[in-house]
Amino acid sequence: MKTAFFLLALVAPLACAQTAAPDALVKGITDEVAATIMKDKDIQAGDTKKAADLIEAKIVPHFNFTRMARIAMARNWRSATPEQQKELAAEFKTLLVRTYSTALVNYKGQPIDYKPVRAKSDDTEVTVRSEVKQSGSSQPVSIDYELEKTDAGWKIYDVKVGGVSLVTTYRDTFASEVREHGIDGLIKSLAAKNREPLGTRAGKS
Amino acid sequence: MEVNRLCAALLFAGLLAGCATSGGNPADPLEKVNRAVFAFNDAADKALLTPVAKGYRAVFPGFFRTGVSNFFSNLEDVWISVNDVLQGKFQQGLEDITRVIHNSTFGLAGLFDAASAAGLPKHNEDFGQTLAVWGIESGPYVVIPLIGPSTFRDGFGLLFDYKADLVYWGTDSVPIRNSLYATRAISNRANLLDASNVLEQAALDRYAFVRDAWLQRRRNLVYDGNPPRERDESDDEPTTK
Repeated sequence: MKTAFFLLALVAPLACAQTAAPDALVKGITDEVAATIMKDKDIQAGDTKKAADLIEAKIVPHFNFTRMARIAMARNWRSATPEQQKELAAEFKTLLVRTYSTALVNYKGQPIDYKPVRAKSDDTEVTVRSEVKQSGSSQPVSIDYELEKTDAGWKIYDVKVGGVSLVTTYRDTFASEVREHGIDGLIKSLAAKNREPLGTRAGKS
Repeated sequence: MEVNRLCAALLFAGLLAGCATSGGNPADPLEKVNRAVFAFNDAADKALLTPVAKGYRAVFPGFFRTGVSNFFSNLEDVWISVNDVLQGKFQQGLEDITRVIHNSTFGLAGLFDAASAAGLPKHNEDFGQTLAVWGIESGPYVVIPLIGPSTFRDGFGLLFDYKADLVYWGTDSVPIRNSLYATRAISNRANLLDASNVLEQAALDRYAFVRDAWLQRRRNLVYDGNPPRERDESDDEPTTK
């Protein structure tokens, strides 16, 4: 668990035309968000609210939260009503945006490298791999984006930081919540978690 | 002494394997005990390690803290290169031992990571990963007191990591050795302070989140960043209509 893990990261996405190649899309979004953070003293000082706004505007449009919620729910997804599915996707989205925002305020301008994408032109699923260089002798942290081709362009449905998926990591938590309190119980827990005040960064620097 | 504690912890966990009930993750049959140890570790971390790490970060400037991290990281690279070779990764082993030589000289006893700048990036290996490459299954997940998440295999691997640690046999002086252990623990914890904030926000159930993230992370390390895809049946249907 050494390195900075979730942390770092996630500097993600936007812009670009919807027809952009997946790697160009991810790079475009990430570069723009990174540049915005580097210009924004508030975010650098730990303003998670402002970071969340940035994510809403630049990153959220490029994610497929319904699919993310479905992957996290695994087989329980099918037993949820369409209404519950909608709520799950919405609450899960809020949770991920808030998590992202606590990570973004830690971004200090570390350089990000993109690996060439190995994909055929008719692929509908693609992994875009990137690496965030660390200061000192820490290993670079890998950030991999899983994208799918939709009518509305490429959409990201998973992000893996150091090999840890932000989506599947919730599977067991969601499954046991559903087992004990039902799907509505899970929605309630998510909503309660999302109502907690967003912490500003603890401690200095 | 630390080894004995580790053995005792593993044994203890093993004895309880029979009576513990299974919760959510099949990789975690010892969940009940693990949760108790996790809560204990968490309390110890909050009461002691986190405040000290925060103080350390507040008092010492960044370049100093990076130097401390680099110093320990350089010592660690020796054992990493041995594990490279044990795993049959000879090229990487050569690179890592070159890192040690480079950083111990040009990097002023490891305070600077000159090798990374020269195009020799840091790797992450340990004996648990070596055992995995040799085909040994991870066994149940276990939370080791004062150490944290592990598995039976990786916990066993830690015994070797501990014995091979340069801090362990680099000095006969117990006070010096213990100071080095303490410094390293504080330095490592300080590096993770930001990550803990993210974890705090991300997790509905911190125990389960840490477990599942840790297991994925280990799997990723064993496969050096390219684990075979685990296709899940429940994700095969088309997304939206």
